[in-house]
Amino acid sequence: MTNREKYNNAFIESFDVQENQLENLKYQDIPSWDSVGHMGLVSELEDAFDIQFETDDIVEFNSYEKGIELLKKYDVIID
Amino acid sequence: MTQGKYNIGNWKSIMDYDEYLTLKPYEQGGQEKRRLLSRRISDLVCLHAGRCPEYRRMLEVDGFTKEKNDMVAGGKLSYEDVPFLPVRLFKELSLKSVDQDEVVKTMTSSGTTGQAVSRIYLDRTTSMNQQKVLAKIVSDFTGASRMPMLIIDCPSVVKDRRMFSARGAGILGFSIFGRDKVYALRDADMGLDVETVEAFLQKHQGEKILLFGFTFMIWQYFYKELVRLKEQGISFDLSEGILIHGGGWKKLANEAVSAEEFKRALAEACGIARVHDYYGMAEQTGCIYMECECGHLHASVFSDVIVRNPKDFSVCGTGEEGILEVISSIPESYPGHCLLTEDIGVILGEDDCPCGRKGKYFKVNGRLKNAEIRGCSDTYEMKR
Repeated sequence: MTNREKYNNAFIESFDVQENQLENLKYQDIPSWDSVGHMGLVSELEDAFDIQFETDDIVEFNSYEKGIELLKKYDVIID
Repeated sequence: MTQGKYNIGNWKSIMDYDEYLTLKPYEQGGQEKRRLLSRRISDLVCLHAGRCPEYRRMLEVDGFTKEKNDMVAGGKLSYEDVPFLPVRLFKELSLKSVDQDEVVKTMTSSGTTGQAVSRIYLDRTTSMNQQKVLAKIVSDFTGASRMPMLIIDCPSVVKDRRMFSARGAGILGFSIFGRDKVYALRDADMGLDVETVEAFLQKHQGEKILLFGFTFMIWQYFYKELVRLKEQGISFDLSEGILIHGGGWKKLANEAVSAEEFKRALAEACGIARVHDYYGMAEQTGCIYMECECGHLHASVFSDVIVRNPKDFSVCGTGEEGILEVISSIPESYPGHCLLTEDIGVILGEDDCPCGRKGKYFKVNGRLKNAEIRGCSDTYEMKR
């Protein structure tokens, strides 16, 4: 699985969304991406990439695109 | 004053709040903080006056004109001069400054049967800013990396995702500081889930652990159970733990448990040495007042506390007891930036706490007499 696939899967698993909904998806855009869903997404990504987010990055993570940017800090590159 | 004066249609803040949010929480003191927070509060006055008709009418009744608000922004007046709303108003009125379709979350404060419930409407911006401010304040005490987290509550408290109780919101808000989260209490009977806690501590032996819960719940369902188990020869070592707790002392005061006794007893029961109380309310989520290593509650640069004389609401000096007013720089979706609480307390000092944090530090002495009995962690009534 590519990093992009892993990344997308974490969203699909956490929020019960389709792949074509992911582009430009923002925190609180859909009912499932609320504060509870957000922590679920964080755990999915931490498991998928074997990383541990810092608190600040969890707070900054507010869109599908922002997550890709933040993951670079953890040496996870999503092409 | 005419109604149109505050009706500014396209609100644009004079201050960049995103930049404000990059400040460290306890580095600005004295006039510098006063100026920063005054400018932000005057922005919020304009915003809410323009978008919340009830709020605008209250300003008018108080004679707080746009000119006065400009003086707050300019530094001739300060947020101390801005009219405050009694916190219970949120129980009586549905106060919001956004359209209903922008509301992403509604928070309720204490809701035991027979008590009125506050409703706080949050839009995306306000809810995110609450989380950001909370992260900055708490990280100052816990550090940036997340710790394994033991929540001293039961899982069902966060069940309804659109409508949070203060307890649920507190737990979710603090969950960003933890990882590998485990609930210590069972849903069915609030009993301590000994096996789960043992497995959790085993797994994270030697690591720093974050414990979070509400003051009364911790005492009633965790501490008392630890003592009982100890008598049976079962004990837990939480000497690597940091406990953060809030929700108020009313119920414990009834049991004659003081803050000092709470700490001493917990240390004796499980070895925990770092215990931080916090003061805060659902109406100003995010801006909490953390207790430092010296036992003082601290206001961060994102908020402030003012003590008012109950007779004429004038501002009390340091060391003088009065009613607490709380100021928050966060709320954009509801007019909750200046609120008079039903708590009494006293300012202990400003900018000179031995812990090194700038800003006011204070103590909460209890609740106003005749105020409706309320305390967040007190909403779980024991069924006998």
